[in-house]
Amino acid sequence: MRFVDEFRSADKAHALAAKIAGLCEPGRQYKLMEVCGGHTHTIYKHGLEDYLPEQITLVHGPGCPVCVIPMGRVDDAIALASHPDTIMTSFGDMMRVPGSQGSFFDAKAQGTDIRMVYSPLDSLKIARQNPDKRVVFMAIGFETTTPSTAMTVLRAAAEKLDNFSIFCNHVTIIPAMKAILDSPDLRLDGFIGPGHVSTVIGCRPYEFVARDYGKPVVVAGFEPLDILQSIYMLMVQLSEGRSEVENQYTRVVPWDGNLAALTAINQVLELRPYFEWRGLGFISHSAMRVRPEYAKFDAELLFEVPGVRVADPKACQCGEVLKGVLKPWECKVFGTACTPETPIGTCMVSPEGACAAYYNFGRMNRRRVVEVSIS
Amino acid sequence: MTDTGTGTGTGRGTWVDQALREHEEHAAPEHAGPQPAAASDREQQVLDRIDKARRRRPKVREERITMSHGAGGKATRTLVEAVFLDAFSNPLLDPLEDSAQLHVNGGRVALTTDSYVVSPLFFPGGDIGDLAVNGTVNDLAVSGATPLYLSAGFILEEGFPVTDLIEIVTSMKAAAQVAGVQVVTGDTKVVQRGKADGCYINTAGVGVIEHDMSLGVANAQPGDAVIVSGPIGDHGVTIMLARGELDIEADITSDTAALNGLIADLLAATPGVRALRDATRGGVATILNEVATAAQVGVLVNEDAIPVRTVVRGASELLGIDPMYVACEGRMVVVVDGGEADKALAALRSHPLGADAAIIGSITAEPPGMVLLKTAFGGSRIVDLLVGDPLPRIC
Repeated sequence: MRFVDEFRSADKAHALAAKIAGLCEPGRQYKLMEVCGGHTHTIYKHGLEDYLPEQITLVHGPGCPVCVIPMGRVDDAIALASHPDTIMTSFGDMMRVPGSQGSFFDAKAQGTDIRMVYSPLDSLKIARQNPDKRVVFMAIGFETTTPSTAMTVLRAAAEKLDNFSIFCNHVTIIPAMKAILDSPDLRLDGFIGPGHVSTVIGCRPYEFVARDYGKPVVVAGFEPLDILQSIYMLMVQLSEGRSEVENQYTRVVPWDGNLAALTAINQVLELRPYFEWRGLGFISHSAMRVRPEYAKFDAELLFEVPGVRVADPKACQCGEVLKGVLKPWECKVFGTACTPETPIGTCMVSPEGACAAYYNFGRMNRRRVVEVSIS
Repeated sequence: MTDTGTGTGTGRGTWVDQALREHEEHAAPEHAGPQPAAASDREQQVLDRIDKARRRRPKVREERITMSHGAGGKATRTLVEAVFLDAFSNPLLDPLEDSAQLHVNGGRVALTTDSYVVSPLFFPGGDIGDLAVNGTVNDLAVSGATPLYLSAGFILEEGFPVTDLIEIVTSMKAAAQVAGVQVVTGDTKVVQRGKADGCYINTAGVGVIEHDMSLGVANAQPGDAVIVSGPIGDHGVTIMLARGELDIEADITSDTAALNGLIADLLAATPGVRALRDATRGGVATILNEVATAAQVGVLVNEDAIPVRTVVRGASELLGIDPMYVACEGRMVVVVDGGEADKALAALRSHPLGADAAIIGSITAEPPGMVLLKTAFGGSRIVDLLVGDPLPRIC
């Protein structure tokens, strides 16, 4: 299939893997973080780690949209959706994220009207079809999905659709990366930068990572060869002692981002003073809320929400996993009390969560499996 | 330890506490190791612990039924084992094969039942009517039985158009004729508007087993070959696109078909067939996991070898789903003695419904209970049971 198979060529992968191995300094260990959960998913789904020398460890980062939603916000959303004559719309990923009293799926089973949509614009369709109901879109995600939420609000405003609003939980990636860089727990050698986020924000916002922290960043695409090539580019920088921002995903990511998308975001949304991230705690200026000019589309103002902060179960170590301090399997409840079927932590919910990716795709003794598949 | 450490103060209890408590009970000794082991050893310990946890008796943790319980994946299996098997357990039911094998007056009879709630009722390549016949015929046929008689129960919603019902029944009649079965008993119920979605159908089927082969997923042995009878995922993708929610148009039709003719040809061609399963809800991945678990073998699959139509691949890529989990209604997985694989493949390919059959992998001794995939990219990963439900009401 065109536009897919050429980015999954095993021959090219073998050639790149040999070059990567050749760049490893003897005795040196390399820790590279893939910031984005989409990359984590690709890495496990295609078995990319088989191509890496043991000296290179991939550390999974915080860029998983549903993983960073704290329990209290899930409770707020369910409280919102439980108002009479209300329909909540949500991306499918969000449906299984546990709040303190259960997930959207559980709320749905109890009669709350929560519907899965593939695009925020579908919520407008539902709002038009149900003029006697209030339709609230559960807006989540990094800068990748923020423009589509902003465009949806703009469309609703243009149509004067008064029964539509959003529950805004959009977050921004840069403050999270900075929090990780400032964390004393982790020594990273470089970053595989988030490709989809960068289609919106461009590559410039990462320059502080290279300049102030001396770590290379390579913005990467989502096919397995994209990631392998980014690892190669990082290794070249490291072997030459450089730390720069480079763009591997040039077929999609413009260096300066997407001005139209940024304008739409800026028109409808503004930064919150602070926002709680699951596992990472409160991070200042790390999330978006609806601007006062669009207040009538802001569900947080239209509805009464409990706004109670709910602590994660103590046994849950999602925060350590999100920061890359723990590997998924090092969490105490991984795979026993916490499974994709009955997740305790968010990292086990989303296909982009590191725990879910490891559990569903990588739960094996890699060395032994490689032996079986060769024999 | 009584403090389960959820620390929320909101009265949360339910399954999280219970899961953590069980975890403490089971896992405590392994955590008490005096020496921190090397990372790879520790990872192996964790894998062993998970394996043990997965073997524990399943429990339904949810307080209410969710859509996942109907998806054919992990939640469905948990529900079946923890609720239905717990209540009804008997030697005929326990193997959880597609149909039960009964011994009647010295002969062997197969009995099965299935309900159909597909939405939309009419879709490219078929409708709920032929699905209800073919699905039940296939559940008999993959048990090695010759399907003979069906029952048909209809649950109709007040206001459902009679012309639609006639169209559905007409296609049931046609499908029954093709499969060589008769509908010999039935039932009709009507519920108030809003209490059902148009039309639901239940069919049960009876067939006779006229040979002495024993087919079952527990029979798989290292060295066996794994075959699929044609391109996978057509039905699921057709239904998804037919719902019109995605604004994707593609030239694709459901693969719904009765497999009894194809299976008869296959069983006549080789005595080496160990197991047959039609890959409905949960798709091929679910069947392979059933093989691995039931026979305690490894299943090694080559992603490159799995036949998938470009349309299905493309739609799956766009939607982020894996064709291996997408339902088929006229495809089956065959486990066959490795030495007989070519003969089996030739028999399948000489039938129109098996023209694109392919060997996709093999049975291995290691690692028991797991399905491994050699990805097209050249890496390796496991293929687990499906969690959640990407496509509700597929059949």
